[in-house]
Amino acid sequence: MIPRPHAMKFLPPAALLGLALSLPAAAQGTSYASIERGRYLVKAGDCAACHTDDGGRPFAGGRAIGTPFGTIYSTNITPDRATGIGQWSEPNFFRAMHYGIRRDGKHLYPAFPYPWFTKLSRDDVAAIKTYLDTLQPVRQWNKPPELPWPLSVREAVAAWNAMNFHPGNYRIDPDKSAQWNRGAYLVEGAGHCGACHTPSNFLGASKEGKRLQGNDYGDSWFAPGLTSNLKDGLGSWSAEDIVAFLKTGSNAKTAAAGPMAQVVKDSTQYLSDADLDAIAAYLKDIPATSSEGNRGVNSPDDAAVSRGEALYADNCTGCHMENGAGLPQVFPSLTGNSAVQASRADSVTHVILAGAKIPATSGKPTGLSMPAFNHKLNDDEIADLVSYIRNAWGNHASPTSAAEVAKVRKTVEHGGG
Amino acid sequence: MATRMKPVDVVLVGFGWTASILAQELTNAGLQVLALERGKFRDTIPDFASTHIQDELKYAARDGLFEEPARQTLTFRNSTSQEALPMRHLGSFLPASGAGGAGVHWNGQMWRFLPTDFVIRSHTEARYGKKFIPADMTIQDWGVTYADLEPYYDKFEYLCGVSGIAGNIQGKLQPGGNPFEGPRARPYPLPPLKRSYATTLFDQAAKDAGFKPFPCAAANTSKPYKNPYGVQMGECTYCGYCEWFACGNYSKASPQSTIFPVLLPKDNFSYRTLCNVTRVNLDSSGKRATGVNYVDAQGREFEQPASLVILCAFAQHNAHLMLLSGIGKPYDPKTGHGAVGKNYAYQITSSVDVFIDKITNPFMGAGALGQAIDEFNGDNFDHGPAGFVGGGYLAAWSTGGRPILQQHGAPDGTPAWGAGWKKAIHENYQRSLSIATHGSVMSFRGSYLDLDPTYRDVYGSPLLRLTFDFHDNEIRMSKYLTDKAALIAKAMKPKSYKVNYRQGHYSILPYETTHNTGGVPMGADPTTSAVNPYLQSWDVHNVFVMGSSVFPQNAGYNPTATVGALAYWAVDKIRNLYLKNPGPLVQA
Repeated sequence: MIPRPHAMKFLPPAALLGLALSLPAAAQGTSYASIERGRYLVKAGDCAACHTDDGGRPFAGGRAIGTPFGTIYSTNITPDRATGIGQWSEPNFFRAMHYGIRRDGKHLYPAFPYPWFTKLSRDDVAAIKTYLDTLQPVRQWNKPPELPWPLSVREAVAAWNAMNFHPGNYRIDPDKSAQWNRGAYLVEGAGHCGACHTPSNFLGASKEGKRLQGNDYGDSWFAPGLTSNLKDGLGSWSAEDIVAFLKTGSNAKTAAAGPMAQVVKDSTQYLSDADLDAIAAYLKDIPATSSEGNRGVNSPDDAAVSRGEALYADNCTGCHMENGAGLPQVFPSLTGNSAVQASRADSVTHVILAGAKIPATSGKPTGLSMPAFNHKLNDDEIADLVSYIRNAWGNHASPTSAAEVAKVRKTVEHGGG
Repeated sequence: MATRMKPVDVVLVGFGWTASILAQELTNAGLQVLALERGKFRDTIPDFASTHIQDELKYAARDGLFEEPARQTLTFRNSTSQEALPMRHLGSFLPASGAGGAGVHWNGQMWRFLPTDFVIRSHTEARYGKKFIPADMTIQDWGVTYADLEPYYDKFEYLCGVSGIAGNIQGKLQPGGNPFEGPRARPYPLPPLKRSYATTLFDQAAKDAGFKPFPCAAANTSKPYKNPYGVQMGECTYCGYCEWFACGNYSKASPQSTIFPVLLPKDNFSYRTLCNVTRVNLDSSGKRATGVNYVDAQGREFEQPASLVILCAFAQHNAHLMLLSGIGKPYDPKTGHGAVGKNYAYQITSSVDVFIDKITNPFMGAGALGQAIDEFNGDNFDHGPAGFVGGGYLAAWSTGGRPILQQHGAPDGTPAWGAGWKKAIHENYQRSLSIATHGSVMSFRGSYLDLDPTYRDVYGSPLLRLTFDFHDNEIRMSKYLTDKAALIAKAMKPKSYKVNYRQGHYSILPYETTHNTGGVPMGADPTTSAVNPYLQSWDVHNVFVMGSSVFPQNAGYNPTATVGALAYWAVDKIRNLYLKNPGPLVQA
């Protein structure tokens, strides 16, 4: 499941976007090409992640999405006329995707990622609607959001939009290649990568100027940066590494875990090679941040490192090897790994406590898994182990503490994760 | 009254190695396949996780992964003159319970049988004369040859990611491999495992004694591997917990580590666990199966209709189901007529313990990490002067140094308990190794399976009765092998060595090899075999039987490679011959 607790955010406009709309599709019809284009975009946007509940009918909504402000329930987007979007016209649907406004004129909450979807072309939005219209209609009423006043008043979203939302289609950057622009369109549009990977402000909106620099996802997961930072970004990854990761769930360096494993399984593995190449080209062009380096990073004390090293030898070397390099394409390397060296140790702590499964994809169907260590190692031991891993083999990141581990353990063992 | 379930194309009884292979191949052929497993579902993570699986008390001493005799057992006796009694503890062989079957807890020893093993009667008669085979020895040719099976051995080896050195590629002997093996099409998929000190000692001593040692083929991965189904395996960590345990590192081949990831997501495959199949149902003609009946964990009975019924349970369970269902003619040891239950065999082992000065680090091991010689297996040597049929390999295995049940003991003269025993174990645990002999067992007129006349199982059906003992042929053969092993031990120039001959009656309690065979013997003659060379029942054409239950006698090798090869062989014939024209593939 992909609850997106801190997903109420959006990206600032990179250029003057205005409201320039592409021409509406003259007659979308239900042609095979349009349906297939919509099906592809629905995969690229991973719509099912939110709009299909665990054990629920596809796209019938009802999934609880935790936010820092309260719980919102995803909506029914099947073509049921009473409870879904069967009565929505193409312009109705476009207004929702582009402006975040429902058929009845009321605001949608920005847990629905319209701050990204606004960039989609009118043709693409129409194709998505065409595809959704082919789904089996499901009669399932939407649940009202559980938000405190004044957020419970949908008009409040207008104020949020005024501060944080800049509608407008994606504008091609003529200085960049067509491939780069396609990548940007996917990452900043349908893919809405920044919803998890960009730091957010106190209103849950993406921070200006911090694009894809890594973010606390919630549930004790940290979505690492996608910039060219060497330590906590993709600086050491080749474009091929990025493509392999998104297509198969792992590459020679690492493997997807946690929420990203689900994204690969449900979404990115289905993207075409050309689109994955485009995404890689775009991500590789994001510069390193000025915070790159070791500023503000503390070192663990020697005793902790020594205890951590012993724990590592006993518990981890079987798969990750003595040198932390893992087995390429099989067990992830821990060296130079952005999830390991992220500014917060949450993800690596989470994986040790709960275990993890590499997504089973058509390219790599195995679903290799790591066992949970929560019953075997206590908080002090995991703190030492994490601090060691974050500072061994050339890694450098702040140590963690037993108290921090305890917080992650609480998430892992008592739900919310 | 059994609840009738929705019909499927194929029902598989059991969900171990052979069922997994058949399920994968028959779903690829577009069939709707259902596996019925009496145990629970199990997967590498979390069930085999390395955070808990290396627990010798739980899994080895207390049989954590095996069938519980309180729920299902058999009765046993050494000869027809005795009364068989139900066994409350099994030790000699360890049937599994749960998805993956015994493929979860095996060692991964991967031997092909010799070309002569498949034609043992005709070959022995041709070389040594008809009188050489004792009158009560009921060995027979398999009806399938090594050449027939070679491509399927290859398929199973590449499924498993076997580590080893080929001895014979397309007729050309390869340095470092087993020079006696049948020709293979290509090398093993992976190089051999790393050597242990014990195996290097054996290697040198065997060479000094004039033999040709080679690293044993292992379904333990020496390198990361991706099999033809696209399933990935890791690299063996030599943790020493293979046999009796499950692998948490994706490095011992099992259904979980080689097939499940591609099989389980298929829409046309399903399995049900905690479902015990009690009989195969036949139509009124008795010539066609209509499906199976099974009982679930709540004791509810179900009827599962199917067009094809394939028995993939443990060896004796297949024979038991055949007998309970009235498929084929039960074997009668008095007349020698009938084939179901016939030709049960086990294996015979012995050892030579070697005590040395140097540290062997026995705890660094893998299930099939061994060095062996094959000079005395099958018909690799002249049996004329020896006067027995069969043989076996000699090997030094480094499978682990687990503290409770796995140390090589102490030299002769050591007290059996107390401070003296402790001191000797302390001194020798690290300074010893063992040379094992792994011998064949021929089939005999008086070694068989039938339904017990007295004792019944929890479902009210008669228990299976096993009648078996070692024969003089096997005792002499084992002594011959053990004496050869002592030659190698002597060549190590050890401090001392201890020869442990196999003597006396077979006992069902101590662990030897777990390799049961027979009961549903295959062959080309319907009067002496229960299934034809395609593993199809002679009597009920839509019933096929897998596993070592079809071996007409036991060879001097671990059976799993042959079990896997036969499964691939049979499923190929089902796909390409039977499905096109359902009926007997061989006319009786």
